[in-house]
Amino acid sequence: MSPSKPKTATQLLRDRAHAPASDATLAEVFCDSVTDGAPVGFTVAHLQNTTKPVLWIQDRLSRRETGRPYLAGLPTPLDLIYVDVSRPVDLLWAMEEGLRCPDLGGVIGEIWGDPPALDFTATKRLALRAEAHRVPAWLIRRAGSANLSAARLRWRIKGLPSLNDPYDAQAPGQAQWEVELFRARWQTPGTWVAHHDADGLHFDHGLDGHVPHDKHAYG
Amino acid sequence: MTTKDKLPVLARHTPPKDTPKPIAPDQLEQAVAALRDALEAEVRSPAPKPPVPPPVSKKVGRVGAAAGAVTLPTQTKTSTRRIIAIHLPDFAMERWERWATAHSMRPPEDLPVVLALDGAHGPTVYAANRAARSEGITQSTRIVDARALCPTLRVEFADIGGDQAALGKLMLWARRWCPWTAIDGPAGLVLDTTGSDHLWGGEAVMLRDIEERLARLGLSANLSCAPTHGTAWALSRLGGVREICTTAQLDMRLSPMPVRALRIDGGTVQLLQRLGLKTVGDLMAVPRISLARRFSKAALAQNPLLRLDQMTGQLAEPISAAADPPRFTVQANLAEPVQDPTPHLPGLCSALCVNLEAAGVGARRITVTVYRTDGEVRHITVKTAVASRDANHIRRLFDNKLDRIDPGFGFDLITLSAHGVEPVRTGQIHLDGTQPDNAALAQLIDRLSARLGAKLISQPVPAPSHLPERAEVWNAALAAPTVQRQQPPTRRPLKIFDHPEEIKVLYAVPEGPPAQFVWRKVTHRVVRYAGPERIAPEWWKDMPGTRLRDYYDIEDQKAHRLWLYREGVWGDMRGNDPRWFVHGVFA
Repeated sequence: MSPSKPKTATQLLRDRAHAPASDATLAEVFCDSVTDGAPVGFTVAHLQNTTKPVLWIQDRLSRRETGRPYLAGLPTPLDLIYVDVSRPVDLLWAMEEGLRCPDLGGVIGEIWGDPPALDFTATKRLALRAEAHRVPAWLIRRAGSANLSAARLRWRIKGLPSLNDPYDAQAPGQAQWEVELFRARWQTPGTWVAHHDADGLHFDHGLDGHVPHDKHAYG
Repeated sequence: MTTKDKLPVLARHTPPKDTPKPIAPDQLEQAVAALRDALEAEVRSPAPKPPVPPPVSKKVGRVGAAAGAVTLPTQTKTSTRRIIAIHLPDFAMERWERWATAHSMRPPEDLPVVLALDGAHGPTVYAANRAARSEGITQSTRIVDARALCPTLRVEFADIGGDQAALGKLMLWARRWCPWTAIDGPAGLVLDTTGSDHLWGGEAVMLRDIEERLARLGLSANLSCAPTHGTAWALSRLGGVREICTTAQLDMRLSPMPVRALRIDGGTVQLLQRLGLKTVGDLMAVPRISLARRFSKAALAQNPLLRLDQMTGQLAEPISAAADPPRFTVQANLAEPVQDPTPHLPGLCSALCVNLEAAGVGARRITVTVYRTDGEVRHITVKTAVASRDANHIRRLFDNKLDRIDPGFGFDLITLSAHGVEPVRTGQIHLDGTQPDNAALAQLIDRLSARLGAKLISQPVPAPSHLPERAEVWNAALAAPTVQRQQPPTRRPLKIFDHPEEIKVLYAVPEGPPAQFVWRKVTHRVVRYAGPERIAPEWWKDMPGTRLRDYYDIEDQKAHRLWLYREGVWGDMRGNDPRWFVHGVFA
């Protein structure tokens, strides 16, 4: 990794028009269902290539309703540092602190609902800090609405019926997700069918208008 | 004072008659002649003589038995030292009671409790409380025998290492009375209080003060003060309450003491008793040369002659006190009382870190203490994940914490002290400017712990167990090295619930998971499933009667993938019909 010298906010804003795409930024993931594991799987699939520890922060309601991360179930071995907070303010503060640390491979925050603390300013702080220190930040928002936010990429994920298991007709096979990118700074929004396997994350085909997914638009 | 035990304490003013005189050459010759006469006379050990020997016999030349050296005092060396021996007879038990009280686990006084220690033939009693002693349980009784004597006996395990560490702390704490303290045996302290008793209003007051303060810690103590270590040791174990022995009383007090007062081991005590030497006075009456011959090759713990010399002050026995642990404290004296310590913190942090760096250590706990003008003291402590001496980092740990300090009407003294210092492994900064060895990560964990609490920051580590909830343990972050996980044989969920949630089965089928069930008030219809994967309870950990689990990986009509299990099977004679639970969620 190149030396990560923090940039000032003004400098970042000035550079923004010319910058093609940041390799690490803030992305939000929404999901309509509480009990669907798809958004977590999609998020973890993006962090599979890192060898550094990942900071995973959950607020209390997220932990109780959706469970805590389980090491043996991760698709690739990740070194997790787990923080269990009770207030959304603490979650945002912990995410911001984590994004300042270049030794982290990513920061995942799971926040429940639409807390007042999670406003445009808070998300913008996270986005700028993630880009300045090149640490990807993922905000998983359950039971939340897609309100005003500065997240560069906003996804809505839904589980699809899984593929067939080649060895067992009645068993569920490879999981598939319907991923909708409904707001993006550097690329065209669209909807795709995606799955994650040992080779990585694959966007199989577009669903509306068949827009091919630009794989290299973001990291 | 002798030249051997020169100690950095102020010597008490001593009358000139007590100062040792240099030995004149003619006296030396006389003494050598006397010794030669004694050797030629070959005096055998006689029958026990009257306890107080004639003073002349003590003034003849003596033989230093172990080294074979000839020490030739022409007059009795009277020690001007004052030594306090503290004996803590129930230290281990009282320490356990203190711990139990702190954890609200202390049994009532009349319940017998013993601390056990593993012995060659099963556990034995190491310490017993008063109720257990009154039942006839003594030290080194076997636990099985003790249980036979007293079936209601409560047995806890002794913590010898912890006792020693606590005694070391107590030894440092005892330096409030004098600067020269040391550990004396497994449950004793020795204090060289020469010249410091007047600060406490005399020896009697000082002894009472020591006893009182130890009692406030929950420790019972036997104390005594004497001119030599050996006498103080003997009087604290076998003498009266807070006994004070002067140099003039030394012989009178020592003579009636049993020989075990000499700090010799049990075998030697038995040997002396077989020889008919029951008291110290008997031993003093024996001609010295025969004792020297008998015990010439014996070590100190088996040598009554050397021990006797130490007791009477003929042989110097300086107390070797451990050095004070280094203290890292800086302070800011303010001209006027202030309300906010924040502006003074950067200077204090950098001064503290300079001290730490000079000593090559880093701090794990840093405390800010403010001394208020109304006499109150307030402090705030922060902790670090790895030892640190980064001033900027330490200062940032106090962010948002100093608001909680109650300044009252202001304070005029701030101290910053580092506790729990550890050596710091210094690493070179890489060429690209990055820190080595996850230094930034450790600082991140410190900041998170300082604000959120260390308990909330954890790290899952794979553990050797096949039960899903025990397959990982949650350690403190950066506490343990990372372990490579082993891939489980079948698919595991991405998230699991802390407490598996029970589901209501709507439509059960004989084999496989239920066709329909209600979970969180929503009806789920199972479309596809894989399983079962049978996971048996761990009989070496679980209660008898714990039921096995059959896990299923199911997909419902909304394409949610859950991890269900059935607890038990029908007809396993371990309870009612098996129940179903959701344990995790797949991606």
